[in-house]
Amino acid sequence: MADSQYVLEARGVIKIFGSHMALDAVDFGLRAGEVHALLGENGAGKSTLIKILTGAYQPDGGQVLVDGQAVTLDNPLHAQTHGIGTVYQEVNLLPNRSVAENLYLGHQPTRFGLVDHRRMERDARVLLTRYGLDLDPGSELGTHSVAVQQIVAIARAVQLSGKVLILDEPTASLDRNEVERLFEVIGDLKRAGLAIIFITHFLDQVFAIADRVTVLRNGRLVDTQQLDALNRTDVVRLMLGKDIAFSGATDLEPENPTTEVLLEFTGYGRRRSVHPFNLTIHKGEVIGVAGLLGSGRTEMARIMFGADPADQGTMRVNGKAATLRSTTDAIALGFGFCPEDRKAEGILGDLSVRENIVIALQGKLGWFKALNRDEQLEIAGKFGESMDIRAASLDMPVKLLSGGNQQKVILSRWLATDPAFLILDEPTRGIDVGAHAEIVRTINRLRDDGMAMVVISSELDEVVAYSSRIVVMRDREMVAELRGKNINPGVIVQAIANNPDEATL
Amino acid sequence: MKRSLRPLAATAVIFVIAYAVAVLQFPNMLSTRVLGNFLTDNAFLGIAAVGMTFVIISGGIDLSVGAVIGFTGVLIAVLTSWLGFHPLAAFAIALGVAALFGAAMGFTIHYLQVPSFIVTLAGMFLARGGASIITQDSVPIKHEFYATLGDLMIRLPGGGRLSFIGMVMIAVFLGGALLAHRTKFGSYVYALGGNSVSASLMGVPVARTTVQIYMLSSVLAALAGIVFSLYTSAGYPLAAVGVELDAISAVVIGGTLLTGGYGFVLGTFVGVMLLGLVQTYIIFDGTLSSWWTKIVIGVLLFLFIVLQRVIFAASAPAEKSPEKV
Ligand SMILES: Nc1ncnc2c1ncn2[C@@H]1O[C@H](COP(=O)(O)OP(=O)(O)OP(=O)(O)O)[C@@H](O)[C@H]1O
Ligand SMILES: [Mg+2]
Repeated sequence: MADSQYVLEARGVIKIFGSHMALDAVDFGLRAGEVHALLGENGAGKSTLIKILTGAYQPDGGQVLVDGQAVTLDNPLHAQTHGIGTVYQEVNLLPNRSVAENLYLGHQPTRFGLVDHRRMERDARVLLTRYGLDLDPGSELGTHSVAVQQIVAIARAVQLSGKVLILDEPTASLDRNEVERLFEVIGDLKRAGLAIIFITHFLDQVFAIADRVTVLRNGRLVDTQQLDALNRTDVVRLMLGKDIAFSGATDLEPENPTTEVLLEFTGYGRRRSVHPFNLTIHKGEVIGVAGLLGSGRTEMARIMFGADPADQGTMRVNGKAATLRSTTDAIALGFGFCPEDRKAEGILGDLSVRENIVIALQGKLGWFKALNRDEQLEIAGKFGESMDIRAASLDMPVKLLSGGNQQKVILSRWLATDPAFLILDEPTRGIDVGAHAEIVRTINRLRDDGMAMVVISSELDEVVAYSSRIVVMRDREMVAELRGKNINPGVIVQAIANNPDEATL
Repeated sequence: MKRSLRPLAATAVIFVIAYAVAVLQFPNMLSTRVLGNFLTDNAFLGIAAVGMTFVIISGGIDLSVGAVIGFTGVLIAVLTSWLGFHPLAAFAIALGVAALFGAAMGFTIHYLQVPSFIVTLAGMFLARGGASIITQDSVPIKHEFYATLGDLMIRLPGGGRLSFIGMVMIAVFLGGALLAHRTKFGSYVYALGGNSVSASLMGVPVARTTVQIYMLSSVLAALAGIVFSLYTSAGYPLAAVGVELDAISAVVIGGTLLTGGYGFVLGTFVGVMLLGLVQTYIIFDGTLSSWWTKIVIGVLLFLFIVLQRVIFAASAPAEKSPEKV
């Protein structure tokens, strides 16, 4: 029954975690020379399917076939021997080892049975130039940025993929240029006959490179279709099972100047990080922050939250001078910060969903007013529901949640403290369309409730949808403050690009 | 300089300074005799510490080392003195038993997901208890083969001697360094210590590597036991109590991060030498109680743990400049 139509295939695959059916009889077929997008909401089972196809998990039912032959993949190494290279959603590689070793671990070139470091580093350097990276392959991976690490992970997977390349949300932390370069590489590989699975929440990217799409919903296969036959609305409908209106832009109200000033930053900055900036934030105002990679957006957020204390300028809260020496000071003032890199800075993987949600609130209350379990459950339950966090139970360790649901947990954590001022760094990264709209709605609601917010986002459409004002960062400097009519993607792009030699990497 | 090299450099500098100070006070300490004795006296500790280095780099700990040394000594003594085995046969049996013992610990750690701390603690009681059941007393080993090995040595210029067991230690260190830094197995060990989840998704054979790491540690502990029995010509069930802790100290002082992922086998060598130096100094001084050794080691350890914290916190990735936004 060799069916050579597919190089990699899942037939009726079932995966059960505890009592939760993560995959329910899913069929999936991958052809040589195609880019196959795998779509679905957070928790739909995309990553789980990938892990089964690559031997990281064992299916509880159904079969995996390689070139039409049923196989049992015991572990990822075994999948590699079948020519399947994978970038997992949560892969961090090994921050403690060199870039070259991360590229070649398990396949290092040897001489007389010993690893040939020199050759490995030479090969690594050549390999990385293909991705536009010029760095010392002997340097420790952990000293490089998230984006560089992501590219290294991709390069490693490409290297190992004789036949199939699987990318689980590879573009989440890449900027436009890097995404383009990745797409070029994917294009080349596709022409060379490789089969590629591509998971993302960016529909634009799906339409840019995919040939076919498979949509999963709640662990079930919805459909597999040729992409030419579909438009965006069709795809969203397949994913959600209903239409959504991407609301937000409509209820944009003009900036309300009558509200009181909450925060005033004057000449606020930090040497070697962000140039001094002036910013006044009113209650019930959302400040959108736009800018390129390395433009200083995240740094600005960290300074505002005291994570890297400012060393110049002053800050006034409700008209009173205040200083932030640490994040504890910021929390005491009613600030909240939802960081960008949830894996490194936000999520406490081994703690339960409940604990992750209440931890900031608990920190604010102090350890003498411990919340009891019932109170914790109530709070967690409330946010679990309003944010639509898909978890089998609130007592489940957060690391077992899907990537997007982890993001919602962090957001809930800060919302639970009922902050007066909330900083969100890329709140919608890795989040599906449905939850995306939900987060945009939440931001709008919080603003109407009088919360002041600073939201950093690379999605211009999104920033435009909720911001009362937009500040543009370039080269670690605040270069523009847009309001009213100027809040539209065109103007923002212009403000960002106003500099001919803008930063790229 | 790579940050992972910094603690090692610090150790090396401290060793050189400490040695210079000691020599200024007791010029006799700068002789090949003292150096040779250094190597001989610390051979068993050094060999055990090589195994410990692998375990710690992988993110684990092995508390059974001292007990395995004691057990091996008793086993060899009983096999040769009571049952008439040739020492070489006894060595082979001891190494085989240790390999099985280590494999069992590795299996338990990996498959039952029990922390290595607990498993090897159980292993320690088992080995120590096992040795005490065989005999409660010290069993002398009298065999001409032991005498032959005892006479094997390289004469160093200046009257010093590099004994057979000193050479064994040096060989183990060189072999260990090669294994750690130049083989795939070595890279897997670092991978496990870096992030075991990533490692397994990258295709590192986690189960096999874990088992091998603890086998290696136990086999080297048994080799240390053999060396110890050559050194003392006896087997005693309570020999080498607490050596695992000395080994851990040497490893940490040698620049290996206690939380895993970073470290050097040759760093451990410097660590062992530094511990040996402290001991020798206190013997030379003659007025200090030997407990001072412990105090100095304690201070050194503390210093190094703080140093590593500082180095690794100061250059943590969070500080890197233009971050993806
Ligand atoms: N190891 C695990 N133990 C228990 N539940 C798990 C485990 N891994 C995944 N799940 C659950 O299985 C479901 C599917 O998760 P999966 O990671 O496949 O989602 P996803 O489609 O990749 O979502 P996202 O877009 O957010 O990454 C989720 O409800 C998740 O909580
Ligand atoms: Mg996923």
